Amino acid sequence: MFARLFENVSRRTLVLLGVLLVGMFGAPLVASDYLLTVLILILYFAYIGQAWNIMMGFAGQLSLGHALYVGLGAYTAAALYVHFGIGPWLGLLVAVPVAALAGAFIGFLAFRFKVGGVYFAILTIAVAEFARVGFDHLSWTKGSSGLFLPVAQYTHNDLWLLRGQPVMFYYVLLVATVLAFVFCRALLKSRIGYFWLAIREDETAARSAGIDTFRYKMIAVVISASMTSFAGVIYAFYYNNLFPEQVFHISRSIEIILGPIVGGVGTLFGPIIGAFLLTGMSETLIAALAALGVDLPGAKQVFYGICLLLVIMALPDGVWPWLSRRIGLTEREK
Amino acid sequence: MSALLKVEGISKRFRGLLAVDRLSFEVPEGGIFAVIGPNGAGKTTLFNMIAGVYAPDGGAISFAGERIEGLAPDRICRRGIGRTFQIVRPFPALSVEDNVIVGALMHRHDVVDARTHAHEVLRKLDLYDKRGQRASSLTLPDRKRLEVARSLATDPKLLLLDEVMAGLRPTETDRIVSILRELNRDSGLTILLIEHVMRAVMALAGRILVLHHGASIAEGQPAEVVRDQAVIDSYLGAEDI
Repeated sequence: MFARLFENVSRRTLVLLGVLLVGMFGAPLVASDYLLTVLILILYFAYIGQAWNIMMGFAGQLSLGHALYVGLGAYTAAALYVHFGIGPWLGLLVAVPVAALAGAFIGFLAFRFKVGGVYFAILTIAVAEFARVGFDHLSWTKGSSGLFLPVAQYTHNDLWLLRGQPVMFYYVLLVATVLAFVFCRALLKSRIGYFWLAIREDETAARSAGIDTFRYKMIAVVISASMTSFAGVIYAFYYNNLFPEQVFHISRSIEIILGPIVGGVGTLFGPIIGAFLLTGMSETLIAALAALGVDLPGAKQVFYGICLLLVIMALPDGVWPWLSRRIGLTEREK
Repeated sequence: MSALLKVEGISKRFRGLLAVDRLSFEVPEGGIFAVIGPNGAGKTTLFNMIAGVYAPDGGAISFAGERIEGLAPDRICRRGIGRTFQIVRPFPALSVEDNVIVGALMHRHDVVDARTHAHEVLRKLDLYDKRGQRASSLTLPDRKRLEVARSLATDPKLLLLDEVMAGLRPTETDRIVSILRELNRDSGLTILLIEHVMRAVMALAGRILVLHHGASIAEGQPAEVVRDQAVIDSYLGAEDI
């Protein structure tokens, strides 16, 4: 099993991966506080991008409502902590099933009643918007006035309760991103991965090749939703405040998908590269603007827009397929 | 020989159009059975009913002694009926090999086993050397054979071929004909084909059914059918002009 995971991986790729990993694990030793928060954001988007990519890149189902799963994970774990003192890792045992159920609900509605393509995407937006409005009025989570986690000055990091300094969140997200990468690679190389790609490529042909497309699309949504909700839990404990208006907002869903699109939909490195490029460059831009004393609200959105335009025009498959050819690592084309 | 596929009085209506009208026939196990007829005769509709795309409005379809009409296409495939599409539908961004592996995974859970099986099938269809290419980069004759390969990899007992020779040059047609004949002879694969290319039909089929306006106008040995006056009037005669 483990040996097969590294099958068909060139030496060059392994070396590069090793260097990247060592660099990422060592980064907090040299990074400033500010840089660390940027890296946390990058990892956060790399991780969720990987989860979103399972649905879109592998199984070909466009979700524009992934903020739903982030929000459900965040709110469930935060509410359990605030109300009952249940820590995030135990909270996950509830948060993940809640998000998985939401995903299964959307999937069932769409796939059972043959809602496909853009209509599926609209359904995912609709449910996320529904949750946003619903949570605005849900008093158990303090509605639109926001749910706050108690904060204090932390002198040490409590990993069990996720109370501590940014560096702890950095490592949690780094491990999660690495695991998500390995998990997605294993999925892609398994029977289920082949079936997903077949469905993405041509659903009718996939069915006539014997694939129960309903079942495999459901599995994709549920895995993607579950993985995404974990990021939501981390989000809640990192930011310590949750507002439905922010967490479930459609702009959050869009932010999630930009990374994989820029990096390369359907590739394993795409979401990671995309997160580095977009978040890294936009944060640099904002820092540079601030240093110059220029105040341009919305500069980040404009920057995202430009990036997206450039990628769509010049590299429609994303940056990674192009980059991997340039540096001589061709990810096996799927 | 017993019947592997038994079609009994099936009909399909699209609004006012009766596409298939109480059609019955039997495909013997191990045989090659051809359905011919002019455009719009209902051949593809018939195929789609057997393959589970449409449920017939009436009648019964039995495969290996079990009723299958109205089952979903994936379940029909898992029962042992493979199909190709008239307008080819390979998985374009996947490699030739991966296209066939998808089919091979139907009855295999391990990807390595499936790859081994896919290679065998690719060799049979002369696609082994092109296994690394993207399916979208193949020429039409190769794509047609890829469709057959993907379907064959699911280990069907019955293969439904929807005009796999259409648009091919005579040499390509002969190549597919010889491949199909070999498959039929060596592995006892039963084949039901829809075909316009009479050269291929005459070379392959043990039995021919002629459809016209959704109904059978003749059925029998190839030599009998081509001499049948009704067939010449409605279909074959037109080709000679």
